[in-house]
Amino acid sequence: MKSFAENKTLFQRNLWDRFMVGLLIVSTILVMVPLLIIIGYVIINGISALNWEFFTEELGSPARAMQGRPTGLVHTIIGTAVVDLLALIISAPVGLGAGILLSEYPDHKLNPFLRIINDTLNGMPAILKGLLAFALIVKPMGTFSGLSGGFALAFVMIPIIARSTESALMNIPWSIREAGLAIGLPRWRVVLSTVMPAAKTGLVTGFLISFARAAGEAAPLMFTSFGNNYLPNHWTGMIFGPVDTLPQRLYSLAISPYKEWHAMGWAAGIVLLVFVITLFVTARLLTRENKYN
Amino acid sequence: MKREEKINDVLKKPVGVIYRWLGDRIFLSAAVILGLSIIFLSFSMAWVLYGEGRAAFSEFGFWGFLKGTTWDPGIQLIFGALPFLLGTIVTSVAALLIAFFPAIAIGIFIAEYAPRWLGNIIENLVHLIAAIPSVVVGIWGIFVFAPWMRETIYMPVFNWATENSPSLLPVLGNPMGYGMATATIVLALMIIPFTTALTRDAIRQVPKEQREAAWALGATRWEVIRMAVIPYARGGILAGAILSFGRAIGETMAVAMLIGNKNTFPFSIMGPAATMPSVIINEFREAVGSLHLSSLMAIGFVLFVISLIVNLVAAYITRKLSISGGQAV
Repeated sequence: MKSFAENKTLFQRNLWDRFMVGLLIVSTILVMVPLLIIIGYVIINGISALNWEFFTEELGSPARAMQGRPTGLVHTIIGTAVVDLLALIISAPVGLGAGILLSEYPDHKLNPFLRIINDTLNGMPAILKGLLAFALIVKPMGTFSGLSGGFALAFVMIPIIARSTESALMNIPWSIREAGLAIGLPRWRVVLSTVMPAAKTGLVTGFLISFARAAGEAAPLMFTSFGNNYLPNHWTGMIFGPVDTLPQRLYSLAISPYKEWHAMGWAAGIVLLVFVITLFVTARLLTRENKYN
Repeated sequence: MKREEKINDVLKKPVGVIYRWLGDRIFLSAAVILGLSIIFLSFSMAWVLYGEGRAAFSEFGFWGFLKGTTWDPGIQLIFGALPFLLGTIVTSVAALLIAFFPAIAIGIFIAEYAPRWLGNIIENLVHLIAAIPSVVVGIWGIFVFAPWMRETIYMPVFNWATENSPSLLPVLGNPMGYGMATATIVLALMIIPFTTALTRDAIRQVPKEQREAAWALGATRWEVIRMAVIPYARGGILAGAILSFGRAIGETMAVAMLIGNKNTFPFSIMGPAATMPSVIINEFREAVGSLHLSSLMAIGFVLFVISLIVNLVAAYITRKLSISGGQAV
């Protein structure tokens, strides 16, 4: 192997070092700036497009916006909440169960296979999870529905929750489990009453991160919850009928030909961005507190 | 006092055979069933996509479907996936080529050079940017980036080409702003945070002794990175790049909003094209004929197979290199 100092004076080596630092700093700035510009544009255009009607009125037909009558996305915001909560309810038990299997039964025969499959499922494009939910739920039900949207988003969340649950539980020292077993607790009580409470923060962080990821997904919702310009007549319509969600509505607004809807798209963009970033920052702050304890 | 009472309470609980043996049995089987349901989910994804796309495969043949260049849902009812297959691969490879070195540069900068406070800020920012929903990037691309690209880059290039070398025009394509180059650049911007985060993780795994040994030999800072850090983290960085490639393949919304969605072949640098996810998003809701729907599902199956290969390769590389055998740490 060639020595790193071969044929070079110390001065040349230091110069090269300086040059590389400069290159790294320049490329960092070159990448960070456009990414911050995106956030800046969304914030500026979004805030100027936000108004009170946005949160109180439903969208209606395009004519409504063009005639200057008040329109908004109240049905979209409620729909997003319903579909995201459904996704959380569906995915939480599956993700937790798989995570417990991976961390608490490390020698189980299923684990190596499950780990690979879970990571692969996590890497699958979200749009395929939408197609799966379409084939499994929309087709038998015969209608686009909030429930199928919830399932599609749950397919996005399950692998993330399983992995984050595993790593949250692995963070708890093995001695805690041994302490529980030593006072005569059966294994399931050890997991439920000592390990999981101790790993509470880590578990919640995982849920928040997977929730933030799913809340921004539009692709799986395009052909499951489908979209709807109005509030349903009865609340069950939110679950068993077509429902509007923010990411998917944002897409429809952005590719629509109406200027008024474009402005509303920016407003939807900032609401979605603030929602996702809030979830994300909360998760980050939780992990930081956890580290200091 | 209270603590002791609690412990006594626990000790007084019935510790009968049923409570211990049956409880453990039920708990473990519940966990196994939930774990199996993830495996079931993945297999049913393959099964469902193949089953729904079978009509298209049997009509055109598997390879015939992949090699077909015509996509005409209107009149001829001929479906071939090649324009989308190539569109996906070209945009993803180009995006990875653009994103790879800057992403690694940021990863090295925050891990090795930046003071801790600055490194933390940039790292958090990178994670935050990775969390931006793809539709939000898409709306910026539609209303800000694509028009800007058209005015400042595509039009001057196009005008120059019409005057000086008209033979270049078919290669350059229609300078309307929405097209291959725009989508690729935005795709690169979107995968950079992801690649950076994975590079950072790979560098974090390099043991301190590795660096100290190089320092002790009198290496400069860059030489430490080049001789001690990068060779050790090489596999992790490579796996990260492959995973980012998988991300780029499946990226749907921003690409569908920016690529212009033209279902024909061949495509040009600035002109519109389409990718596998973008054609599914655009046509699925409006597909009427069962053969059209089946062809879209078949494209979904092809996308599934490609993502599967990419993910398995990345998993193989990480497993080869990690000490824990893939167990989360």
